[in-house]
Amino acid sequence: MKKFVVENRIWDKEESLPRAELAALQGAKLKETVARVQNVPLYKEAFSKSGIAPEKINSLDDLKRLPFTTKADLRGHYPLGMLAVDRSEVARYHASSGTTGKPTMVAYTQNDLKTWANLCARFLTGGGLLPEHSVQIAFGYGLFTGGFGLHYGVERVGASVIPAAAGNTPKQIMLMMDMQVDALVCTPSYALSISEFILQSDISRSALNLKHAHFGGEPWTEDMRVRIEDEMGILCFNNYGLSEVIGPGVSGECAVRDGMHISEDAFIVECINPETLEPVAPGEEGELVFTSLCKEAMPIIRYRTRDIASLNLEPCACGRTTARMSRVTGRSDDMLIIKGVNVYPSQVEQALLRVEGTAPHYLIEVDRPDRKDVATVKVEMTEKSFSSSMKELQELKDKIDRAIQGITGLRMNVELVSPNSLERFIGKAQRVVDRRRG
Amino acid sequence: MKLKQLSVFLENKPGRLRELCALLAENGVNIITLSLADTEQFGILRLIVKDYDKAKALLEEKGFVAKLSDVIAVEVKDEPGGLSEILKIEEASGISVEYMYAFTIKSGENAVLLFCFDEMDKAVTALQSAGLNVLESVELYQRAEG
Repeated sequence: MKKFVVENRIWDKEESLPRAELAALQGAKLKETVARVQNVPLYKEAFSKSGIAPEKINSLDDLKRLPFTTKADLRGHYPLGMLAVDRSEVARYHASSGTTGKPTMVAYTQNDLKTWANLCARFLTGGGLLPEHSVQIAFGYGLFTGGFGLHYGVERVGASVIPAAAGNTPKQIMLMMDMQVDALVCTPSYALSISEFILQSDISRSALNLKHAHFGGEPWTEDMRVRIEDEMGILCFNNYGLSEVIGPGVSGECAVRDGMHISEDAFIVECINPETLEPVAPGEEGELVFTSLCKEAMPIIRYRTRDIASLNLEPCACGRTTARMSRVTGRSDDMLIIKGVNVYPSQVEQALLRVEGTAPHYLIEVDRPDRKDVATVKVEMTEKSFSSSMKELQELKDKIDRAIQGITGLRMNVELVSPNSLERFIGKAQRVVDRRRG
Repeated sequence: MKLKQLSVFLENKPGRLRELCALLAENGVNIITLSLADTEQFGILRLIVKDYDKAKALLEEKGFVAKLSDVIAVEVKDEPGGLSEILKIEEASGISVEYMYAFTIKSGENAVLLFCFDEMDKAVTALQSAGLNVLESVELYQRAEG
């Protein structure tokens, strides 16, 4: 099968500045951001507590003196405590995909939306999007940043959008065929479902005009890329972002596909050891930390993403000079992404606590047997929860099932197991077995 | 009029049932009868034993979850229509069967049916007033062990 060939294109000149020039630009923008965050009580307090005078922050070297921001800080200032502008200046709100209680709200001014669309246009261009292409967006539209972020990015390139939104696979494929769609935007796991459906329906590859796809929203593997590319005869590109930083558009792959170029004129990236908080050497894995340089509504300083990846500062064959990040290989906390939903094991624990008689011992197993994530929660029986009636045990399972779904938003299989059959841990318990491989 | 039944949670793992039976055998606990209800993923073993407290303690010590509950033992002639008659009586009283199992007593031609009804006391009254023999536990143990 003849694969689409991506021509090497660069959207903005900021993507290929000499490193020294980039550093000077970052230093100047950092100064502006530091001034802007003085409107945010959390930062104002942090600066005065640590005795940092905002006017003394002049260059990139001063960054390490600034405080980190964590997810807990953002949660603690729900909904709009992190806003650096007046509410009247906000043009749009989004929220993180977390399902624990309250989401994390994020806000954008008109300028922020322009910046964001442009950042998405960069990685889309890097991955072969041309103004004459039509792009089907099969991401959820709504509070999630993926749908709208990519939507405006595609428009910014000058291409056309088919806002199919997530779900209804047969209709997605119908649109792709009838509209002769050139590019697909979705999560990699949804792409696997689409591909599988195409294979099962005996749809001829020639009925599709699909050339390239841009995946984000969850970590995936090189094996998955090979599989989707082989099955669908397309090129797949990885992109990365998180709502707290801006959404998609933080980084994305170019035609070389050797790491995702970070838009460093818009974000300063650091890679740190999550224990010592010291920087790790280029090429070494660590936790990514981002500082925004262009955001007005919700500027963020040294945001600890908890995403584990490595950085490559070598110039890329594509001509861009920006740092490249590897795929995200893990988390420095225990968050899981199952079917695109962020889940913490503690949420499952919380759900079990709501069901009377269940033990606090549980194990979450995540597999991808048929290309779809399947999560199973093993729960130990106790004398209290056990019954001689099958009906009652079934009811117990249903109760656990509903409690988990209520808290995480996800359906998980519930498996009742013998008491003491799950491993006991001294210290930090291992609650998750993740067997997903591509 | 009620009988103690020992229910045990059994995970569907090879050897689990054998392990349980061996444990009871080593400790001289005779199983009068049993029934195994199973799903794809787990099972409930229901046992009638004379020394149910001892059996429960033994099982718990070995990490099984066991629970005592009440069942009703009804003696009927081991011939066609025996069960149907009982069900007719209960149905007329608006009582439903949660589960049941049966066994025959060695010495006689009679069968013993074990029931868990949704309304146990009402079930006993209905059966007795229809003239059926609801067995006392002591009597059952004696007859079962012949």
